[in-house]
Amino acid sequence: MVLKIFFPQCCNAADSGLLIGRWLPGHNSAVVLAVIHFPFIPGQVKQYLNQLQSLTQVDLTVLGSWCKPSEDQERVQSFLKDLSTIFPHERWLQLSSEKGKKRFSCLVNSRGSKVFESGDKEDKGDQVICIHYDQCKVMLSQLHPAQGGILNPQTELSELRLVFQTVSQSQALFYIDKYDEGPFKLTHWQSEGREGSILVELSKQASVPVCLVLAWLLSIWYWVCKSRILNLWPMRFVSSKLSSCIQLSHRAEHLQTISVPRKAEDHTEFMRKANIFVSFLVDVALGLLLVSWLYRENRIGQLAETLVPVADHIAEELQELLKWLMGAPAGLKMNRALDQVLGRFFLYHIHLWISYIHLLSPFIGMILWYVGLSACLGLTFALSVLSDIVALLTFHIYCFYVYGARLYCLKIYGLSSLWRLFRGKKWNVLRQRVDSCSYDLDQLFIGTLLFTILLFLLPTTALYYLVFTLLRLLVVLFQGLLHLCVDFINSFPLFAMGLRICRSYRLAAGVKFRVLEQESERPLHLLMEINPLTYSAVLQWYRTLTYSCYPKDSWGALCKKLFIGELIYPWKHKNIKTD
Amino acid sequence: MTEEEFSDINGNTISLDCQSHSEFCKEFTVSVPKLSLRKVMNYTCAVWLTAYAVFFATDNTNVLSAAIIVTLVGMMLHLHFVKIDHESMLIIGSLGIQISASYASGRESTSFIEMSKVKDIVINEAIYMQRVIYYLCILLKEPSDPGGVGAVVPLFQVKRSKHFAHNNRNVVIVMQYKTLYTLFSHGFTGMLTVLYLCLFQSSKPRLNCLEEVYKSCQDILGQS
Repeated sequence: MVLKIFFPQCCNAADSGLLIGRWLPGHNSAVVLAVIHFPFIPGQVKQYLNQLQSLTQVDLTVLGSWCKPSEDQERVQSFLKDLSTIFPHERWLQLSSEKGKKRFSCLVNSRGSKVFESGDKEDKGDQVICIHYDQCKVMLSQLHPAQGGILNPQTELSELRLVFQTVSQSQALFYIDKYDEGPFKLTHWQSEGREGSILVELSKQASVPVCLVLAWLLSIWYWVCKSRILNLWPMRFVSSKLSSCIQLSHRAEHLQTISVPRKAEDHTEFMRKANIFVSFLVDVALGLLLVSWLYRENRIGQLAETLVPVADHIAEELQELLKWLMGAPAGLKMNRALDQVLGRFFLYHIHLWISYIHLLSPFIGMILWYVGLSACLGLTFALSVLSDIVALLTFHIYCFYVYGARLYCLKIYGLSSLWRLFRGKKWNVLRQRVDSCSYDLDQLFIGTLLFTILLFLLPTTALYYLVFTLLRLLVVLFQGLLHLCVDFINSFPLFAMGLRICRSYRLAAGVKFRVLEQESERPLHLLMEINPLTYSAVLQWYRTLTYSCYPKDSWGALCKKLFIGELIYPWKHKNIKTD
Repeated sequence: MTEEEFSDINGNTISLDCQSHSEFCKEFTVSVPKLSLRKVMNYTCAVWLTAYAVFFATDNTNVLSAAIIVTLVGMMLHLHFVKIDHESMLIIGSLGIQISASYASGRESTSFIEMSKVKDIVINEAIYMQRVIYYLCILLKEPSDPGGVGAVVPLFQVKRSKHFAHNNRNVVIVMQYKTLYTLFSHGFTGMLTVLYLCLFQSSKPRLNCLEEVYKSCQDILGQS
């Protein structure tokens, strides 16, 4: 078997002493965590290790000895060999670096006092690989399971995962630095002084009161939401259709996740909170930028002034379109009477719409001014409000679409049932199938007559339906784009992306090894580096869950719906969560 | 350390570099010839001539600048994502197998498979377009069923073409008797419904090159 020693890079320059670490159970490998220097009292070391074991739940032991090149190296080495009798062990590692050589050599003593060197050709049963690792990076990094699988805690951990776990769990070992007045000195990644950031510590201190304030504000918000007026049927219906209301409840839910004053239990929860927090901050910052842009130089007033003419213009264009449809559109010959009826009906509608807009026009500037302020809540909210405004201003198009679709739908259903009658069949409701049926002559006559009439009237309705569906689809497309933007800002894991860019080792997909240069009579030395997650994997892992705004149907289902004249909506389906 | 010349399935010369770091640690590197100047010239000329023809017809100078941008961006993307300089495989006894591919722009993509997950390394045969080709692949263990084969990881196959993988999934004819035996002794029955991780996929070396790698890998796998 090959013995693997995971050795921290920072201990390469350590003074002679004892190696502290852990034998990985079930694997033929040892993880070195720190070096204890001379002078020390063995009893104290044992006591300290016992303390650490109960604190960290890692069975830390003395693995062996470490010897640094010095004048009286031989004396030190024999002393270190003697030390092995003091500490109980199965195997005793003797690592020693020599002058003029870059890498250390390794000796393994088994309990049967059999000594063999790593370069020994006679005993092939035990060879040594020394794997150097960066302790800081390994401790801080989070190893992700491969291929999107969720790590099952019951299954046996793989060797690398055990190494990562051992290093990250024995954090308490790394708290003693060389300035501490303790019974002994240690070398590890923090031995030059503990590392920390003032900003991080301050934000940790500030987070608890901020969370409490947030929780209080949220409780007020939920109290308002629960009030009776807002829960009446029309209010509830309207608020479930307005995307700004949905976005508001979405944000409230996010804030509730953040405002829990407990410390995050595991990595996933922490990342989720951090992602939500950062994306919320960025969202609000973008919203404030938008507000500052809108309210400078009275841009919002100009916007309000242009809005009414644009709505007027759209109405005029629609009138033109209807007049075109009422004639002979694209050279098609329509049923004149039906064409005129439909056209006049829609024209009257547009007339109503125009008068409604003109009634509203004195107040639009004021409404926009106040609504624009809501962009302080975030860019996503502003976008949702924009989507709602578009929906309100294109209400006439929606109405036309619904009328057209309903008429068309009725005709299609009528035609399909009359077609069955035409063939001497009928739809059996009880059995949910088409049965044959013998009709009277009168029934057949009337049915066929109706079928013919409907068939010849179909092109006229179909044309109106087609034109208004295209207009509706344009609006839906625009709203869909806005929803996509909102969804993107809501779900994009900004914090995880930032971590991946600035501290790529924090999110590890795995490890990679590099062979360090070989020297004769030395064991194989490898350098273990951290293989960061790819950007697509970061997106996959840390995307915040959102309510889907993508259309629920596939393209085929959408086309089918359009063909038989069912209504299509851009509205979000609230009960569907995507992961 | 030895370097040998082989050819890939298209007849281009590739070189296999075996580096033995120790008895149980070997590194195989397959180097693909560099991007040839003629090919670059051809593509650039083709794009620019088309752009010039369009410009001649439409009198729009934007076409020319667009052609320049397309050529530059296309070249960069090609170097960064498509053109592989060399693919290597580092096998360390009792630790694992590392597969890496370095692209012409210097980007490296690496993945490491622990030895506890590796069942075996085999040479497989697959139908690719209208040819039968050979490739090295790693058989992975199923985490839930340690006896069976969970996945087949084709080696040296960084560029995962869908067609290729699809064919592999249906037509895997195992070449050597030993491999055949390995597969069936691992509980292979009926159709293969497994995953792959190919070695040397973009370089696609011929069988004689693969055999050499295979033998050395089996030596190391046998030791541990």
